[in-house]
Amino acid sequence: MMKRILSWLSASAIVIFARLITAVHARWQGCEPRETQRIYYANHCSHGDFVLLWTVLPASMRQATRPVAGADYWSGSALKRFIGSDVFRSVLIERNPVNREQNPVAQMTQALDAGDSLIVFPEGTRNTGNTRLLPFKSGLFHLAESRPDVELIPVWISNLNRVLPKGEIIPIPLVCSVTFGAPLLRIPEEGKAAFLARAEQSLLALAMQEAGIDNESMS
Amino acid sequence: MNESRSDLLLLLAGVGGVLIIATVIGQWLALRQKDKAADSQAQVSVIDNLNARINAWWAMVVLIGLAFLGGKAGVIILFGFCSFAALREFVTLTQTRRDDHWALAAAFFVVLPMQYALIWYEWYGLYSIFIPVYAFLLLPMLAALRGSTEHYLVRVAETQWALMICVFCASHVPALLTLQIPGYEGRQVLLIAYLVVVVQISDVLQYVWGKLLGRRRIAPALSPSKTVEGAVGGILSATLIGAMLWWITPFTPLQSAGMALACTLMGFMGGLVLSAIKRDRGVKDWGHLIAGHGGFIDRMDSVLFSAPVFFHLVRYGWDAS
Repeated sequence: MMKRILSWLSASAIVIFARLITAVHARWQGCEPRETQRIYYANHCSHGDFVLLWTVLPASMRQATRPVAGADYWSGSALKRFIGSDVFRSVLIERNPVNREQNPVAQMTQALDAGDSLIVFPEGTRNTGNTRLLPFKSGLFHLAESRPDVELIPVWISNLNRVLPKGEIIPIPLVCSVTFGAPLLRIPEEGKAAFLARAEQSLLALAMQEAGIDNESMS
Repeated sequence: MNESRSDLLLLLAGVGGVLIIATVIGQWLALRQKDKAADSQAQVSVIDNLNARINAWWAMVVLIGLAFLGGKAGVIILFGFCSFAALREFVTLTQTRRDDHWALAAAFFVVLPMQYALIWYEWYGLYSIFIPVYAFLLLPMLAALRGSTEHYLVRVAETQWALMICVFCASHVPALLTLQIPGYEGRQVLLIAYLVVVVQISDVLQYVWGKLLGRRRIAPALSPSKTVEGAVGGILSATLIGAMLWWITPFTPLQSAGMALACTLMGFMGGLVLSAIKRDRGVKDWGHLIAGHGGFIDRMDSVLFSAPVFFHLVRYGWDAS
Protein backbone atom coordinates (compact mmCIF):
# COMPACT_ATOMS: atom_id res chain seq x y z
CA MET A 1 0.00 0.00 0.00
CA MET A 2 2.74 2.39 1.08
CA LYS A 3 4.66 1.51 -2.05
CA ARG A 4 1.67 2.15 -4.27
CA ILE A 5 1.13 5.61 -2.82
CA LEU A 6 4.81 6.34 -3.16
CA SER A 7 4.89 5.22 -6.78
CA TRP A 8 1.74 7.25 -7.56
CA LEU A 9 3.35 10.32 -6.01
CA SER A 10 6.56 9.70 -7.93
CA ALA A 11 4.66 9.31 -11.17
CA SER A 12 2.86 12.62 -10.60
CA ALA A 13 6.12 14.36 -9.71
CA ILE A 14 7.82 13.00 -12.84
CA VAL A 15 4.91 14.12 -15.04
CA ILE A 16 4.94 17.62 -13.51
CA PHE A 17 8.72 17.86 -13.90
CA ALA A 18 8.53 16.68 -17.52
CA ARG A 19 5.88 19.29 -18.28
CA LEU A 20 7.85 22.05 -16.55
CA ILE A 21 11.00 21.33 -18.51
CA THR A 22 9.48 20.52 -21.90
CA ALA A 23 5.94 21.99 -21.95
CA VAL A 24 5.31 18.83 -23.96
CA HIS A 25 2.27 18.70 -26.18
CA ALA A 26 0.65 15.86 -28.06
CA ARG A 27 -0.31 15.97 -31.72
CA TRP A 28 -2.80 13.21 -32.40
CA GLN A 29 -2.35 13.37 -36.14
CA GLY A 30 -3.27 9.92 -37.41
CA CYS A 31 -5.28 8.52 -34.49
CA GLU A 32 -7.31 9.52 -31.46
CA PRO A 33 -6.35 9.00 -27.80
CA ARG A 34 -8.61 5.96 -27.38
CA GLU A 35 -8.35 3.11 -24.92
CA THR A 36 -7.82 0.42 -27.53
CA GLN A 37 -4.86 -1.89 -27.12
CA ARG A 38 -1.85 -0.50 -28.95
CA ILE A 39 1.86 -0.85 -29.48
CA TYR A 40 3.36 2.64 -29.66
CA TYR A 41 6.73 2.51 -31.41
CA ALA A 42 8.89 5.63 -31.15
CA ASN A 43 12.29 7.09 -31.90
CA HIS A 44 14.77 6.84 -29.05
CA CYS A 45 17.35 9.49 -28.20
CA SER A 46 17.05 9.90 -24.45
CA HIS A 47 16.19 7.98 -21.30
CA GLY A 48 13.30 10.40 -20.92
CA ASP A 49 11.58 9.31 -24.16
CA PHE A 50 9.01 6.99 -22.63
CA VAL A 51 8.38 9.47 -19.80
CA LEU A 52 7.41 12.10 -22.36
CA LEU A 53 5.20 9.74 -24.34
CA TRP A 54 3.60 8.50 -21.12
CA THR A 55 3.05 12.08 -19.91
CA VAL A 56 0.94 13.11 -22.89
CA LEU A 57 -1.36 10.07 -22.65
CA PRO A 58 -4.66 10.69 -20.84
CA ALA A 59 -4.40 9.50 -17.21
CA SER A 60 -6.72 6.54 -17.77
CA MET A 61 -4.56 5.28 -20.64
CA ARG A 62 -1.33 5.64 -18.66
CA GLN A 63 -2.51 2.98 -16.21
CA ALA A 64 -2.64 0.41 -18.98
CA THR A 65 0.44 1.44 -20.97
CA ARG A 66 3.80 -0.15 -20.17
CA PRO A 67 7.16 0.92 -21.60
CA VAL A 68 9.58 -1.76 -22.75
CA ALA A 69 13.03 -0.90 -21.44
CA GLY A 70 16.52 -2.32 -21.15
CA ALA A 71 17.02 -4.36 -17.99
CA ASP A 72 20.73 -3.52 -17.92
CA TYR A 73 19.94 0.17 -17.37
CA TRP A 74 16.79 0.05 -15.27
CA SER A 75 18.14 -2.54 -12.82
CA GLY A 76 21.23 -0.43 -12.19
CA SER A 77 20.27 0.99 -8.81
CA ALA A 78 17.48 0.82 -6.25
CA LEU A 79 16.07 4.14 -7.46
CA LYS A 80 16.11 3.08 -11.11
CA ARG A 81 14.49 -0.25 -10.15
CA PHE A 82 11.77 1.61 -8.24
CA ILE A 83 11.09 4.04 -11.12
CA GLY A 84 11.36 1.38 -13.82
CA SER A 85 9.36 -1.39 -12.18
CA ASP A 86 7.01 0.23 -9.67
CA VAL A 87 6.28 3.66 -11.13
CA PHE A 88 6.13 2.82 -14.83
CA ARG A 89 5.59 -0.95 -14.60
CA SER A 90 8.19 -1.37 -17.35
CA VAL A 91 8.61 -4.62 -19.17
CA LEU A 92 12.33 -5.08 -18.58
CA ILE A 93 14.06 -6.99 -21.32
CA GLU A 94 17.60 -8.28 -21.55
CA ARG A 95 19.19 -6.63 -24.55
CA ASN A 96 22.31 -8.74 -24.83
CA PRO A 97 21.33 -11.98 -26.64
CA VAL A 98 24.32 -13.92 -25.30
CA ASN A 99 23.38 -14.16 -21.66
CA ARG A 100 19.64 -13.63 -21.63
CA GLU A 101 17.31 -16.11 -20.04
CA GLN A 102 13.96 -14.84 -21.32
CA ASN A 103 12.94 -14.12 -24.87
CA PRO A 104 12.08 -10.39 -25.09
CA VAL A 105 9.31 -10.94 -27.64
CA ALA A 106 7.71 -13.55 -25.34
CA GLN A 107 7.84 -11.06 -22.45
CA MET A 108 6.17 -8.42 -24.58
CA THR A 109 3.41 -10.69 -25.88
CA GLN A 110 2.79 -11.76 -22.30
CA ALA A 111 2.18 -8.13 -21.34
CA LEU A 112 -0.11 -7.68 -24.35
CA ASP A 113 -2.08 -10.78 -23.41
CA ALA A 114 -2.63 -9.27 -19.97
CA GLY A 115 -4.47 -6.45 -21.77
CA ASP A 116 -1.84 -3.72 -21.54
CA SER A 117 -0.56 -1.46 -24.31
CA LEU A 118 3.19 -1.17 -24.90
CA ILE A 119 5.71 1.57 -25.68
CA VAL A 120 8.65 0.17 -27.65
CA PHE A 121 11.79 1.68 -29.14
CA PRO A 122 12.63 -0.51 -32.13
CA GLU A 123 16.00 1.18 -32.68
CA GLY A 124 17.09 -0.87 -29.68
CA THR A 125 19.43 1.76 -28.31
CA ARG A 126 19.61 5.52 -27.92
CA ASN A 127 20.34 7.36 -31.15
CA THR A 128 23.03 9.91 -30.37
CA GLY A 129 24.29 10.49 -33.90
CA ASN A 130 23.13 12.80 -36.64
CA THR A 131 20.83 10.41 -38.46
CA ARG A 132 17.15 10.74 -37.70
CA LEU A 133 16.63 7.04 -37.12
CA LEU A 134 18.80 3.96 -36.58
CA PRO A 135 17.85 0.76 -38.45
CA PHE A 136 15.05 -1.07 -36.60
CA LYS A 137 15.78 -4.30 -34.76
CA SER A 138 13.67 -7.29 -35.76
CA GLY A 139 11.79 -7.49 -32.43
CA LEU A 140 9.03 -5.23 -33.70
CA PHE A 141 8.38 -7.57 -36.62
CA HIS A 142 8.10 -10.65 -34.44
CA LEU A 143 5.94 -8.84 -31.94
CA ALA A 144 3.63 -7.55 -34.69
CA GLU A 145 3.41 -10.97 -36.27
CA SER A 146 2.50 -12.74 -33.07
CA ARG A 147 -0.31 -10.29 -32.20
CA PRO A 148 -1.73 -9.09 -35.54
CA ASP A 149 -4.86 -7.50 -34.00
CA VAL A 150 -3.05 -4.94 -31.88
CA GLU A 151 -2.75 -1.48 -33.46
CA LEU A 152 0.80 -0.36 -34.28
CA ILE A 153 1.13 3.41 -33.80
CA PRO A 154 4.25 5.30 -34.94
CA VAL A 155 5.19 8.08 -32.49
CA TRP A 156 7.74 10.81 -33.20
CA ILE A 157 9.28 12.51 -30.16
CA SER A 158 10.96 15.80 -31.08
CA ASN A 159 13.59 17.90 -29.37
CA LEU A 160 14.20 15.77 -26.28
CA ASN A 161 17.74 15.03 -27.43
CA ARG A 162 18.48 18.75 -27.11
CA VAL A 163 17.03 18.90 -23.60
CA LEU A 164 19.45 16.38 -22.20
CA PRO A 165 22.27 15.41 -24.56
CA LYS A 166 24.19 12.29 -23.68
CA GLY A 167 26.56 12.87 -20.78
CA GLU A 168 24.87 16.00 -19.42
CA ILE A 169 23.20 16.14 -16.02
CA ILE A 170 21.21 19.39 -16.04
CA PRO A 171 18.24 19.39 -18.43
CA ILE A 172 17.73 22.53 -20.54
CA PRO A 173 14.09 23.61 -20.72
CA LEU A 174 12.96 23.38 -24.36
CA VAL A 175 9.55 22.87 -25.93
CA CYS A 176 9.04 19.23 -27.01
CA SER A 177 6.26 17.57 -28.94
CA VAL A 178 4.99 14.02 -29.33
CA THR A 179 3.30 13.24 -32.66
CA PHE A 180 1.07 10.19 -33.03
CA GLY A 181 0.65 8.83 -36.56
CA ALA A 182 -1.94 6.60 -38.20
CA PRO A 183 -1.90 2.87 -37.34
CA LEU A 184 0.55 0.97 -39.52
CA LEU A 185 -1.23 -1.03 -42.21
CA ARG A 186 -0.90 -4.80 -41.64
CA ILE A 187 -0.08 -6.77 -44.79
CA PRO A 188 -0.41 -10.56 -44.38
CA GLU A 189 2.58 -12.65 -45.49
CA GLU A 190 4.81 -9.58 -45.61
CA GLY A 191 8.49 -10.35 -45.12
CA LYS A 192 10.55 -9.08 -42.24
CA ALA A 193 12.70 -6.64 -44.19
CA ALA A 194 9.74 -5.14 -46.03
CA PHE A 195 7.76 -4.74 -42.82
CA LEU A 196 10.62 -3.07 -40.94
CA ALA A 197 11.32 -0.74 -43.86
CA ARG A 198 7.67 0.27 -43.96
CA ALA A 199 7.58 0.84 -40.18
CA GLU A 200 10.72 3.00 -40.39
CA GLN A 201 9.28 4.94 -43.31
CA SER A 202 6.04 5.81 -41.58
CA LEU A 203 7.92 7.04 -38.52
CA LEU A 204 10.27 9.12 -40.68
CA ALA A 205 7.28 10.55 -42.52
CA LEU A 206 5.94 11.77 -39.17
CA ALA A 207 9.30 13.37 -38.40
CA MET A 208 9.34 15.18 -41.73
CA GLN A 209 5.77 16.33 -41.22
CA GLU A 210 6.62 17.51 -37.71
CA ALA A 211 9.57 19.51 -38.97
CA GLY A 212 7.68 21.06 -41.88
CA ILE A 213 4.17 21.23 -40.56
CA ASP A 214 4.37 24.79 -39.36
CA ASN A 215 5.56 26.01 -42.74
CA GLU A 216 2.51 24.60 -44.41
CA SER A 217 -0.03 25.87 -41.94
CA MET A 218 1.40 29.36 -42.06
CA SER A 219 -1.14 31.58 -43.74
CA MET B 1 -2.65 50.79 0.20
CA ASN B 2 -6.42 50.86 0.75
CA GLU B 3 -6.92 53.44 -1.95
CA SER B 4 -4.64 51.43 -4.21
CA ARG B 5 -6.65 48.30 -3.56
CA SER B 6 -9.99 49.93 -4.33
CA ASP B 7 -8.59 51.42 -7.55
CA LEU B 8 -7.24 48.00 -8.49
CA LEU B 9 -10.59 46.34 -7.81
CA LEU B 10 -12.34 49.01 -9.88
CA LEU B 11 -9.93 48.40 -12.76
CA LEU B 12 -10.34 44.62 -12.50
CA ALA B 13 -14.13 45.07 -12.48
CA GLY B 14 -13.82 47.17 -15.63
CA VAL B 15 -11.68 44.51 -17.35
CA GLY B 16 -14.13 41.85 -16.17
CA GLY B 17 -16.98 43.87 -17.70
CA VAL B 18 -15.19 44.10 -21.04
CA LEU B 19 -14.55 40.34 -20.95
CA ILE B 20 -18.20 39.59 -20.18
CA ILE B 21 -19.26 41.66 -23.19
CA ALA B 22 -16.62 39.93 -25.34
CA THR B 23 -17.77 36.50 -24.13
CA VAL B 24 -21.41 37.28 -24.91
CA ILE B 25 -20.52 38.52 -28.40
CA GLY B 26 -18.25 35.53 -29.03
CA GLN B 27 -20.92 33.03 -27.96
CA TRP B 28 -23.57 34.86 -29.99
CA LEU B 29 -21.36 34.70 -33.10
CA ALA B 30 -20.78 30.99 -32.50
CA LEU B 31 -24.52 30.33 -32.12
CA ARG B 32 -25.34 32.31 -35.24
CA GLN B 33 -22.67 30.33 -37.06
CA LYS B 34 -24.38 27.08 -36.09
CA ASP B 35 -27.67 28.21 -37.60
CA LYS B 36 -26.09 29.12 -40.90
CA ALA B 37 -24.26 25.89 -41.62
CA ALA B 38 -23.40 27.05 -45.11
CA ASP B 39 -20.71 29.50 -43.91
CA SER B 40 -17.18 28.92 -45.01
CA GLN B 41 -14.72 26.92 -42.96
CA ALA B 42 -12.45 29.95 -42.66
CA GLN B 43 -15.16 31.96 -40.91
CA VAL B 44 -15.87 29.13 -38.47
CA SER B 45 -12.22 28.86 -37.50
CA VAL B 46 -11.92 32.64 -37.00
CA ILE B 47 -14.84 32.53 -34.54
CA ASP B 48 -13.48 29.41 -32.79
CA ASN B 49 -10.13 31.13 -32.44
CA LEU B 50 -11.82 34.29 -31.14
CA ASN B 51 -13.61 32.33 -28.42
CA ALA B 52 -10.45 30.44 -27.51
CA ARG B 53 -8.69 33.79 -27.16
CA ILE B 54 -11.46 35.21 -24.96
CA ASN B 55 -11.37 32.13 -22.70
CA ALA B 56 -7.60 32.42 -22.38
CA TRP B 57 -8.05 36.09 -21.46
CA TRP B 58 -10.25 35.09 -18.55
CA ALA B 59 -7.54 32.78 -17.24
CA MET B 60 -4.81 35.41 -17.72
CA VAL B 61 -6.82 38.15 -15.98
CA VAL B 62 -7.55 35.86 -13.02
CA LEU B 63 -3.85 34.93 -12.75
CA ILE B 64 -2.66 38.52 -12.91
CA GLY B 65 -5.34 39.57 -10.43
CA LEU B 66 -4.17 36.90 -7.98
CA ALA B 67 -0.55 37.97 -8.45
CA PHE B 68 -1.51 41.58 -7.68
CA LEU B 69 -3.23 40.51 -4.50
CA GLY B 70 -0.05 38.60 -3.60
CA GLY B 71 1.85 41.91 -3.67
CA LYS B 72 5.51 42.17 -4.62
CA ALA B 73 6.19 38.46 -4.14
CA GLY B 74 3.18 37.51 -6.26
CA VAL B 75 4.15 39.82 -9.12
CA ILE B 76 7.81 38.75 -9.11
CA ILE B 77 6.90 35.05 -9.09
CA LEU B 78 4.37 35.52 -11.91
CA PHE B 79 6.77 37.40 -14.18
CA GLY B 80 9.66 35.11 -13.21
CA PHE B 81 7.59 32.21 -14.46
CA CYS B 82 6.58 34.12 -17.61
CA SER B 83 10.28 34.76 -18.28
CA PHE B 84 11.01 31.07 -17.82
CA ALA B 85 8.25 30.03 -20.22
CA ALA B 86 9.26 32.68 -22.77
CA LEU B 87 12.95 31.75 -22.59
CA ARG B 88 12.01 28.09 -23.06
CA GLU B 89 10.13 29.01 -26.25
CA PHE B 90 12.87 31.31 -27.53
CA VAL B 91 15.76 28.88 -26.99
CA THR B 92 13.72 26.13 -28.70
CA LEU B 93 13.89 28.14 -31.93
CA THR B 94 17.63 28.92 -31.74
CA GLN B 95 20.43 26.94 -33.35
CA THR B 96 22.01 26.19 -29.98
CA ARG B 97 23.22 22.65 -29.43
CA ARG B 98 25.31 20.43 -27.20
CA ASP B 99 28.21 22.87 -26.95
CA ASP B 100 25.88 25.51 -25.53
CA HIS B 101 24.69 23.26 -22.74
CA TRP B 102 26.56 25.02 -19.92
CA ALA B 103 25.72 28.48 -21.23
CA LEU B 104 22.03 27.60 -21.50
CA ALA B 105 21.95 25.95 -18.10
CA ALA B 106 23.48 29.14 -16.66
CA ALA B 107 20.94 31.28 -18.52
CA PHE B 108 17.96 29.34 -17.13
CA PHE B 109 19.13 28.46 -13.66
CA VAL B 110 21.55 31.26 -12.68
CA VAL B 111 20.92 34.40 -14.73
CA LEU B 112 17.10 34.27 -14.67
CA PRO B 113 16.72 33.74 -10.89
CA MET B 114 19.50 36.28 -10.23
CA GLN B 115 17.74 38.97 -12.26
CA TYR B 116 14.49 38.54 -10.36
CA ALA B 117 16.31 38.37 -7.01
CA LEU B 118 17.95 41.72 -7.83
CA ILE B 119 14.51 43.17 -8.59
CA TRP B 120 13.29 41.79 -5.23
CA TYR B 121 16.19 43.52 -3.45
CA GLU B 122 15.54 46.67 -5.55
CA TRP B 123 19.19 46.91 -6.58
CA TYR B 124 18.64 49.18 -9.59
CA GLY B 125 22.36 49.69 -10.27
CA LEU B 126 22.92 45.99 -10.78
CA TYR B 127 19.70 44.71 -12.34
CA SER B 128 20.01 47.36 -15.07
CA ILE B 129 23.37 46.01 -16.24
CA PHE B 130 23.46 42.43 -14.98
CA ILE B 131 22.32 40.83 -18.25
CA PRO B 132 23.61 43.48 -20.73
CA VAL B 133 27.10 43.42 -19.16
CA TYR B 134 27.80 40.42 -16.95
CA ALA B 135 25.72 37.73 -18.65
CA PHE B 136 26.88 39.16 -21.99
CA LEU B 137 30.50 38.49 -21.00
CA LEU B 138 30.01 35.28 -19.02
CA LEU B 139 27.93 33.16 -21.39
CA PRO B 140 30.33 33.34 -24.39
CA MET B 141 33.08 32.21 -22.02
CA LEU B 142 31.09 29.12 -21.07
CA ALA B 143 30.37 28.40 -24.73
CA ALA B 144 34.03 28.90 -25.65
CA LEU B 145 35.22 26.52 -22.93
CA ARG B 146 33.29 23.73 -24.65
CA GLY B 147 35.63 24.19 -27.57
CA SER B 148 33.33 24.15 -30.60
CA THR B 149 33.62 27.05 -33.04
CA GLU B 150 30.90 26.06 -35.48
CA HIS B 151 28.37 28.92 -35.78
CA TYR B 152 29.90 30.24 -32.56
CA LEU B 153 28.91 33.88 -32.98
CA VAL B 154 25.40 32.99 -34.10
CA ARG B 155 24.83 30.69 -31.12
CA VAL B 156 26.26 33.15 -28.60
CA ALA B 157 24.27 36.05 -30.05
CA GLU B 158 21.05 34.06 -30.06
CA THR B 159 21.47 33.14 -26.42
CA GLN B 160 22.12 36.76 -25.45
CA TRP B 161 19.11 37.92 -27.46
CA ALA B 162 16.92 35.34 -25.77
CA LEU B 163 18.00 36.57 -22.34
CA MET B 164 17.59 40.25 -23.20
CA ILE B 165 14.06 39.79 -24.55
CA CYS B 166 12.68 37.11 -22.26
CA VAL B 167 14.37 37.97 -18.96
CA PHE B 168 15.79 41.50 -19.03
CA CYS B 169 12.82 43.16 -20.74
CA ALA B 170 10.18 41.12 -18.89
CA SER B 171 11.76 41.86 -15.51
CA HIS B 172 11.12 45.57 -16.01
CA VAL B 173 7.43 44.95 -15.40
CA PRO B 174 7.87 43.94 -11.72
CA ALA B 175 10.68 46.52 -11.47
CA LEU B 176 7.94 49.19 -11.68
CA LEU B 177 7.12 48.26 -8.07
CA THR B 178 10.49 49.62 -6.95
CA LEU B 179 9.92 53.19 -8.19
CA GLN B 180 9.65 55.84 -5.47
CA ILE B 181 7.15 58.45 -6.63
CA PRO B 182 6.18 61.19 -4.16
CA GLY B 183 2.43 61.08 -3.45
CA TYR B 184 2.15 57.66 -5.11
CA GLU B 185 3.54 55.49 -2.29
CA GLY B 186 2.16 51.97 -2.09
CA ARG B 187 0.30 52.30 -5.40
CA GLN B 188 3.04 51.19 -7.83
CA VAL B 189 1.20 47.99 -8.64
CA LEU B 190 -1.26 50.22 -10.53
CA LEU B 191 1.58 51.20 -12.89
CA ILE B 192 1.86 47.54 -13.85
CA ALA B 193 -1.89 47.30 -14.31
CA TYR B 194 -1.79 50.46 -16.46
CA LEU B 195 1.03 49.18 -18.67
CA VAL B 196 -0.49 45.73 -19.15
CA VAL B 197 -4.01 47.02 -19.80
CA VAL B 198 -2.91 49.72 -22.27
CA VAL B 199 -0.54 47.49 -24.25
CA GLN B 200 -2.84 44.47 -24.33
CA ILE B 201 -5.96 46.47 -25.17
CA SER B 202 -3.92 47.99 -28.00
CA ASP B 203 -3.22 44.48 -29.33
CA VAL B 204 -6.89 43.57 -29.04
CA LEU B 205 -8.06 46.79 -30.70
CA GLN B 206 -5.51 46.41 -33.51
CA TYR B 207 -6.99 42.96 -34.10
CA VAL B 208 -10.57 44.27 -33.99
CA TRP B 209 -9.90 47.33 -36.21
CA GLY B 210 -7.90 45.13 -38.55
CA LYS B 211 -10.72 42.60 -38.87
CA LEU B 212 -13.30 45.36 -39.42
CA LEU B 213 -11.46 47.77 -41.72
CA GLY B 214 -8.08 46.21 -42.50
CA ARG B 215 -7.06 46.65 -46.16
CA ARG B 216 -3.40 47.60 -46.58
CA ARG B 217 -0.91 45.21 -45.04
CA ILE B 218 2.08 46.79 -43.32
CA ALA B 219 4.58 43.98 -43.73
CA PRO B 220 3.02 40.98 -45.47
CA ALA B 221 6.25 39.01 -45.21
CA LEU B 222 6.34 39.42 -41.44
CA SER B 223 2.77 39.30 -40.32
CA PRO B 224 -0.23 38.63 -42.56
CA SER B 225 -2.70 40.12 -40.09
CA LYS B 226 -1.11 43.52 -39.38
CA THR B 227 -2.73 46.27 -41.44
CA VAL B 228 -2.31 50.04 -41.53
CA GLU B 229 -5.97 50.52 -40.58
CA GLY B 230 -5.68 48.06 -37.68
CA ALA B 231 -2.44 49.56 -36.36
CA VAL B 232 -3.54 53.19 -36.54
CA GLY B 233 -7.01 52.50 -35.16
CA GLY B 234 -5.70 50.25 -32.41
CA ILE B 235 -2.88 52.52 -31.30
CA LEU B 236 -5.06 55.67 -31.29
CA SER B 237 -7.98 54.08 -29.46
CA ALA B 238 -5.63 52.45 -26.92
CA THR B 239 -3.97 55.84 -26.40
CA LEU B 240 -7.40 57.29 -25.67
CA ILE B 241 -8.11 54.51 -23.17
CA GLY B 242 -4.69 55.14 -21.62
CA ALA B 243 -5.56 58.83 -21.20
CA MET B 244 -8.82 57.89 -19.52
CA LEU B 245 -6.91 55.71 -17.06
CA TRP B 246 -4.91 58.69 -15.77
CA TRP B 247 -6.60 58.36 -12.36
CA ILE B 248 -4.67 55.19 -11.51
CA THR B 249 -1.32 56.77 -12.47
CA PRO B 250 0.84 59.65 -11.21
CA PHE B 251 0.33 61.34 -14.61
CA THR B 252 -2.01 64.09 -15.79
CA PRO B 253 -4.51 63.00 -18.50
CA LEU B 254 -2.29 64.49 -21.24
CA GLN B 255 0.86 62.87 -19.87
CA SER B 256 -1.07 59.63 -19.58
CA ALA B 257 -2.00 59.83 -23.26
CA GLY B 258 1.65 60.42 -24.16
CA MET B 259 2.77 57.44 -22.08
CA ALA B 260 0.09 55.24 -23.63
CA LEU B 261 1.17 56.32 -27.12
CA ALA B 262 4.83 55.51 -26.35
CA CYS B 263 3.90 52.11 -24.90
CA THR B 264 1.56 51.13 -27.74
CA LEU B 265 4.08 52.19 -30.41
CA MET B 266 6.79 50.14 -28.71
CA GLY B 267 4.34 47.28 -28.33
CA PHE B 268 3.39 47.37 -31.99
CA MET B 269 7.03 47.34 -33.08
CA GLY B 270 7.75 44.54 -30.59
CA GLY B 271 5.11 42.41 -32.24
CA LEU B 272 6.66 43.11 -35.64
CA VAL B 273 10.23 42.31 -34.51
CA LEU B 274 9.27 39.03 -32.85
CA SER B 275 7.18 38.09 -35.90
CA ALA B 276 10.28 38.57 -38.04
CA ILE B 277 12.14 36.05 -35.88
CA LYS B 278 9.28 33.57 -36.13
CA ARG B 279 9.12 33.86 -39.91
CA ASP B 280 12.88 33.46 -40.17
CA ARG B 281 12.55 30.21 -38.21
CA GLY B 282 9.54 29.11 -40.26
CA VAL B 283 7.00 28.84 -37.46
CA LYS B 284 3.60 30.44 -36.99
CA ASP B 285 3.56 30.61 -33.20
CA TRP B 286 6.21 30.62 -30.48
CA GLY B 287 4.43 27.91 -28.54
CA HIS B 288 1.08 26.37 -27.79
CA LEU B 289 0.48 26.93 -24.06
CA ILE B 290 -2.07 29.76 -24.36
CA ALA B 291 -4.98 28.39 -26.37
CA GLY B 292 -5.94 30.64 -29.30
CA HIS B 293 -2.96 32.95 -28.79
CA GLY B 294 0.00 30.59 -29.28
CA GLY B 295 2.90 30.77 -26.87
CA PHE B 296 3.89 33.07 -24.04
CA ILE B 297 6.00 35.24 -26.35
CA ASP B 298 3.07 35.60 -28.77
CA ARG B 299 1.01 37.14 -25.97
CA MET B 300 3.82 39.07 -24.27
CA ASP B 301 5.70 40.45 -27.28
CA SER B 302 4.26 43.95 -26.98
CA VAL B 303 4.73 44.09 -23.20
CA LEU B 304 8.34 42.93 -23.53
CA PHE B 305 9.21 45.84 -25.81
CA SER B 306 7.29 48.52 -23.97
CA ALA B 307 8.20 47.61 -20.36
CA PRO B 308 11.82 48.90 -20.22
CA VAL B 309 10.90 52.12 -22.06
CA PHE B 310 7.89 52.76 -19.82
CA PHE B 311 10.00 51.98 -16.74
CA HIS B 312 12.72 54.48 -17.66
CA LEU B 313 10.30 57.20 -18.78
CA VAL B 314 8.55 57.01 -15.40
CA ARG B 315 11.84 56.77 -13.54
CA TYR B 316 13.38 59.83 -15.21
CA GLY B 317 10.20 61.85 -15.03
CA TRP B 318 8.64 60.98 -11.67
CA ASP B 319 11.01 58.92 -9.48
CA ALA B 320 12.38 60.86 -6.50
CA SER B 321 15.58 58.87 -5.87
